[in-house]
Amino acid sequence: MVLVLIAVTTLNNAWPAFRESGLSFVTSRQWIPNEGKFGALAFIYGTAVIAAIAVLLALPVSVGIALFVTEVAPARLRTMVVAVMDLLAGIPSVVFGLWGILVLAPNIAALYNWWSDLVEPIPLLTKLFDHTQTGRAFFTAGLILALMITPIITTITREVFATVPRNDKDGALALGATRWEMIKGVVFPHSIGGMVGATMLGLGRAMGETIAVALVIGSTPQIVANVFAGGDAMPAVIANQFGEATGVHRSALIGLGVTLFALTIIVNVSARTVVRRVDVRLRGLA
Amino acid sequence: MSNIPPTPLAPRPTVAPATEADAAPSPEADTDSPPVFETKQLSVSYGSALAVADINMYIRRGQITALIGPSGCGKSTLLRCFNRMNDLIPDARVEGTILYEGLDLYGDDVDPIEVRRRIGMVFQKPNPFPKSIYDNVAYGPRVLKMKVDRMDDLVEQALRRAALWDEVSGKLKKSAVALSGGQQQRLCIARAIAVQPDVILMDEPCSALDPIATARIEDLMVELKQDYTIVIVTHNMQQAARVSDITAFLTAAVNEATGERHGELVEFAKTATLFTAPADERTEAYITGRFG
Repeated sequence: MVLVLIAVTTLNNAWPAFRESGLSFVTSRQWIPNEGKFGALAFIYGTAVIAAIAVLLALPVSVGIALFVTEVAPARLRTMVVAVMDLLAGIPSVVFGLWGILVLAPNIAALYNWWSDLVEPIPLLTKLFDHTQTGRAFFTAGLILALMITPIITTITREVFATVPRNDKDGALALGATRWEMIKGVVFPHSIGGMVGATMLGLGRAMGETIAVALVIGSTPQIVANVFAGGDAMPAVIANQFGEATGVHRSALIGLGVTLFALTIIVNVSARTVVRRVDVRLRGLA
Repeated sequence: MSNIPPTPLAPRPTVAPATEADAAPSPEADTDSPPVFETKQLSVSYGSALAVADINMYIRRGQITALIGPSGCGKSTLLRCFNRMNDLIPDARVEGTILYEGLDLYGDDVDPIEVRRRIGMVFQKPNPFPKSIYDNVAYGPRVLKMKVDRMDDLVEQALRRAALWDEVSGKLKKSAVALSGGQQQRLCIARAIAVQPDVILMDEPCSALDPIATARIEDLMVELKQDYTIVIVTHNMQQAARVSDITAFLTAAVNEATGERHGELVEFAKTATLFTAPADERTEAYITGRFG
């Protein structure tokens, strides 16, 4: 109900911009408020790229930590890791952002360039990881986001892993499976739904995160393959421009919010569909 | 094997004369099959709590050995020593020795993974993987990277041996979780057979099943003992009487000093003897239903 109300009012407010720009709102990369051009493609691209980077970095780390905690770590270490994760989850995003802009961004450009030199001979990779002048880039934003969503994904996957019945795990181990084989054969198939759910929550947070991204992404709306280049993302643009925006510009920014909203819903629904398919295949659930 | 098996009633010297008086053959008297397992002064504790103490027994090849006794007597704990599943419980400690084919099962150079490959296990609650029937059976051979000419044949063979083939041959790609409880348990047996084990341990394999499914599993056990040595833990005395060759009766003994309970072996004899002429009064009390 609330969701519907939110959707209706934002859509209503965004309508002038949508009417003016039409489909070019999501297909054009020209965002020039003074000329009344509102093409959000660069921001959509930026959001997608940093969210993808964040999830790609955070997911393996989170699953690794969750497995370590549930399957390997002795009880004392387990409580310690859990405490650290809870602490990390509680840090306000602006603190992450400030750390990113003050510490991470100035120092990481050197690392980026070192990596660019390393992959220079490989055609595809050199496009993805090209040289850069600044640390305020897609990748930096993705990195910060990864730090922010790792506790969320870890906590949920850990809970899910913990619900895998001992009996089922014993079944694999009794066949002579190693711990890792048992994890692949029993823990993952059991937890696939929860893992996707956790990833979706993380992805949602990454896509919607505003302030930390606004600080480190560089605010240069462009569509380039190079993840070490600066970019911009939808929520960051809203935060940066909303204060001084009026008229169609303002409604275009609200339109960005609507687009973001729609995007998260699309991601969510498709993830659910995937989970249902996998579940049906694995368990014969209708 | 040069080891002389421990006397079946070792922990209770008082019962030995009774056995002689009855002229009941001790388990090893008329059988020459060598022991697969031999336990010597085997004790298991969880943390500081003793679970079972001083078990001296053996398991003979090609026979079904039943472990019976009241709840909490350590039957399952004892069973899980034979494939080192107790290793997986963080503070479990095993003392004494278990010899498998004369080899110390808990020796430093023994790989528990290899132990579990040779000594299969079927659990109380059927625990098929959330995969297809086919993949359940093929899981073990794949994980162990067994050299298999044709996986299809191996799967079929294992399912046939587990008396499940006729029921599932048309739906091998269907999820195993959709099978009935009895079928799931037979699938778990097929899964254990597929890795070609030497021994199959069964931990109350029928306790979650109805009488018809139970009867099928029991028939299956008797068939399987041609090829495998089977050790079964059961709550059901009739089941032990029906299927096993040798029965070990365990009970929970109370330590007078501390008041703590731990399991110990009371009597270990041929099933026919144990159920008709028990040597120990505690066994008699248990099998006649006066206790436990």
